[in-house]
Amino acid sequence: MTPERLRRTMIFLNTQRAALVKDAFVYQPDCVIFDLEDAVAQREKDAARIQMYHTLKDLDYQGIERWVRINALDSDLFQEDIRAAVAGGAEGIRLPKTETAEDVQMVADLVAQAEVAFNRPVGTTMVMAALESPLAILNAYEIATSSPRLMGIALSAGDYTRTMHAKRTVKGLELFGARSQLLLAARAAGVMAFDTVYTDTDNPQGFIDEVKMIRDLGFDGKSCISPKQIGITHDIFTPDPKEVLHAQHVIQAVQANEAKGVGVLTVDGKMVDIAWVEGAKRTLKLAKAAGSYRGELV
Amino acid sequence: MQLKHKAIAGTLESSDAQIILAPNDGGLHIDLTSSVYEQYGTQIKQLLQQVCRQLNIENANIRVVDKGALDCTLKARLETAYFRAIDQKVDINWEALS
Repeated sequence: MTPERLRRTMIFLNTQRAALVKDAFVYQPDCVIFDLEDAVAQREKDAARIQMYHTLKDLDYQGIERWVRINALDSDLFQEDIRAAVAGGAEGIRLPKTETAEDVQMVADLVAQAEVAFNRPVGTTMVMAALESPLAILNAYEIATSSPRLMGIALSAGDYTRTMHAKRTVKGLELFGARSQLLLAARAAGVMAFDTVYTDTDNPQGFIDEVKMIRDLGFDGKSCISPKQIGITHDIFTPDPKEVLHAQHVIQAVQANEAKGVGVLTVDGKMVDIAWVEGAKRTLKLAKAAGSYRGELV
Repeated sequence: MQLKHKAIAGTLESSDAQIILAPNDGGLHIDLTSSVYEQYGTQIKQLLQQVCRQLNIENANIRVVDKGALDCTLKARLETAYFRAIDQKVDINWEALS
């Protein structure tokens, strides 16, 4: 697993449509998700799966992490989806409509079988679980700790809102409980957390506000449906120069004062102590991964 | 494996190809129409013949309308038509597709 890797954006690509998968790397998302599930018409599931396999095998996605959203476990499609994705060399499998830890474990077992069958290093294919129902949210911690393959958990708001009898609102109040519970589970389990898609592509300000909110809550990234959402999300998730400078000051000041036995001190006008160091290091790691910090403090 | 019936895969959208595969008794016939025929017609036919060899398709009429598809899409559409024509949905030997 590569927990330090940036996964600010994961863009869904409808694998049924050749034009959408042939060059999506030009938009430079952190991850792409070749979708075999909801975006693909039932009669084209086979075509999308074979297109996905050859896209994985033949096209150079230039280091962008490639995920495959397989069909749900209540279909008769997911087993072959897993075989094709592993044979093609996908970095990960995204499981939709995950409800229990057993769901993940079943997929992990099938992934392991496919790794053996197609001569891929066993244990290298990651799994991500999408939580889309009240039961899934209640089971979030069990799901998040269900397998060493599990890289992260993601909220999927469409089905969640429907099953909660809630209405989608601009501010997303109806998702507050799910987002909080999912984040708590992810952080307690030590896996990554991803927010749902923002579907109103004609409301860029609404998208900006939502990305800022989920960044502040603690999410690692957002599922995207439009290339227009990628740059905006990356900008919001990249610490600005002021934040990077402050983080450096915090780490340097705490280190310098540790030897003197000083526990609490003032940095850039703010009171800080040892508890601030972890957050400061996270800021610098994020900046370093995004290329805006080249120092040696992390 | 023998083709059981005619099958179609793909679309006429840009960057895609539509392929109609039908069984016959007299060898392999490829009828290609392509928006890039002048530049890539020969290469596309060679690619389709290569896929046919890999799938052991020896007797078939293959009608292809190419709208500028990449090689990976041309391969995928022909293979999709093939698996539909033999009614195979699972246990595909993925490693044999290249």
